[in-house]
Amino acid sequence: MAVTTEQQQHGLTAHSHGRAEKTGSAPISSRADHFTSFDVNAFEVPGGREEIWRFTPMKRLANLHNGAEATGKAAVDVKAPEGVVVETVGRDDARLGVAGTPGDRVAAQAWSAFTEATVVTLPGDAKSEPTTITVTGAGEGQVAYGHLHVHAKQFAEAVVVIDHRGSGAYADNVEFVVGDGAHLTVVAIQDWADDAVHVSSHHAKLGRDATFRHTVITLGGNVVRLTPVVTYSGRGGDAELLGLYFADAGQHLEHRTFIDHAESNCRSNVVYKGALQGEDAHTVWIGDVLIRAAAQGTETFELNRNLVLTDGARADSVPNLEIETGEIEGAGHASATGRFDDEQLFYLQARGIPEDQARRLVVRGFFHEILLKIAVPEVRERLEAAIEAELEAVGV
Amino acid sequence: MATLEIKDLHVSVNTDEGSKEILKGVDLTINAGETHAIMGPNGSGKSTLSYAIAGHPKYEITSGSVLLDGENVLDMTVDERARAGLFLAMQYPVEVPGVSMSNFLRTAATAVRGEAPKLRHWVKEVKEAMSDLDIDPAFAERSVNEGFSGGEKKRHEILQLGLLKPKIAILDETDSGLDVDALRVVSEGVNRFKQSGDVGVMLITHYTRILKYISPDFVHVFATGRIVESGGPELADQLEAEGYVKYIGKQEAASIG
Ligand SMILES: Nc1ncnc2c1ncn2[C@@H]1O[C@H](COP(=O)(O)OP(=O)(O)O)[C@@H](O)[C@H]1O
Ligand SMILES: [Mg+2]
Repeated sequence: MAVTTEQQQHGLTAHSHGRAEKTGSAPISSRADHFTSFDVNAFEVPGGREEIWRFTPMKRLANLHNGAEATGKAAVDVKAPEGVVVETVGRDDARLGVAGTPGDRVAAQAWSAFTEATVVTLPGDAKSEPTTITVTGAGEGQVAYGHLHVHAKQFAEAVVVIDHRGSGAYADNVEFVVGDGAHLTVVAIQDWADDAVHVSSHHAKLGRDATFRHTVITLGGNVVRLTPVVTYSGRGGDAELLGLYFADAGQHLEHRTFIDHAESNCRSNVVYKGALQGEDAHTVWIGDVLIRAAAQGTETFELNRNLVLTDGARADSVPNLEIETGEIEGAGHASATGRFDDEQLFYLQARGIPEDQARRLVVRGFFHEILLKIAVPEVRERLEAAIEAELEAVGV
Repeated sequence: MATLEIKDLHVSVNTDEGSKEILKGVDLTINAGETHAIMGPNGSGKSTLSYAIAGHPKYEITSGSVLLDGENVLDMTVDERARAGLFLAMQYPVEVPGVSMSNFLRTAATAVRGEAPKLRHWVKEVKEAMSDLDIDPAFAERSVNEGFSGGEKKRHEILQLGLLKPKIAILDETDSGLDVDALRVVSEGVNRFKQSGDVGVMLITHYTRILKYISPDFVHVFATGRIVESGGPELADQLEAEGYVKYIGKQEAASIG
């Protein structure tokens, strides 16, 4: 077996894997002390050595972290079914910013710089057809900031697909307010053009007994750094964060999930899986989970797996679980990065299946559990096709 | 009529300490219609022989040849060998997460048969083959070998044997780890395969018990990387009584209990 597995229960350590087997360092401070602010000037301009920036190629961020002025606008196109309310609002709309506060300078910059926001309200006590929000970058060499606010009202049952495509640099905050007893499914697709830089923070705030299914699919873009943060404002909240990413030569795809358990009897489950191929393909997954003292009866698990298909690619993986109460249901994490498993390949080939087809079967199998959970069939089919195309590209 | 000819086969395995010779000149010819039992103690190189024939990348052929109907098998890729009519039921079948058994079987059958089997016939064929081996139909939707017990894995190896219909089947300790019922079911599967056509079987085993269900035409004793004695079924009886002491200088039983 080429895959190495590390599994820890109630662990407080961090680890990292990859070509150069970097050792992860323990967090400098507790995640509970993590600084947040709506004011961009409250954050120092990061140089790249800071804990939360140490994996990110700052030079390739188009100065989003250093006050880059907006030069264009991303086009936001919403296709919503009957009953879903779509509004374009100004900065002063009182609903904005309630789901979370920016946790890094780029998020605060995006908050300070957007001129109008899109607000999507999903009706309560009702089941809605999927809403699709297409965000198209401002164009090559352009810089744009944005803000999106999604509110699933009490007992809403809804699916929202956010589809990012096009060129340029884009930083934004995306809010999900999930009302009491609501069930919100989100699929966020990052299928950018090769030049694109996207730094995005997702802030989800779950009401009592709310269910939040959040799937991130990151395939395209030069640099994509996505920070999904989940907080709970009542008991019984349930969050599932799934991620699938596929990095090719030169791409940097970074995902930083943070689940902040501050209420009792809530659940979270994080599963991120990535494949890498080509020279200097780089992926980063940071999985922070904090179980605060008040969060008794918490149940949480997080998992990250990376499949390194070729030489020269590198995956960093740092799960970090902090527990401040002993009264929990269960908590654990697992992280593994491995090469392609030659034994699997041999087995399939020994049954007559040609090598290229066998490789595709294995990679598809690796992503299967994530794809299986994508509730929107058209999206699933598109992603399956995109993964096939990725494999085709390097003749895997 | 299919023939597998193994001539003076030398095989090394690449280890951390460098290359180590395991097979030291194996000669064996298997014709269609024949069942050859290869019996030998642990570590004698039986699995190495089967992997080398199937083309596992870890094993390096240093000299000798393997011919299937006169064609040089060693020049073929792993999948070409399978499509040419070789099948290896592995001692330790590999788990492939996320790939369903049904998808795997259909992909393999399509590759080996050269065209996709007609869906309706195929579903029926698989169903019957599974039922013959007492495999619960629910396994079709599970990932290949993932979480299967040892016995379930072996049944699925024989399921594949029946569906892929090779010319020559190599069964590497298919009997090990099976309880009596499973041994009977699996043996019946092998016997059905034998009766299905002009096929040859290399039955690798450490113990004689499977030979009560599958009768060999030839028995070969395998020790320290080569065949050291060949004979008829009576040779198995001798091993049953005496074990491998005569061949390896220490006692290792070929019978259980
Ligand atoms: N992949 C391998 N790496 C290192 N040693 C191996 C490997 N495969 C086989 N060997 C060694 O080769 C010898 C024969 O092994 P094997 O073919 O598995 O024997 P058998 O199947 O008869 O029990 C043993 O000494 C074993 O340790
Ligand atoms: Mg063996």
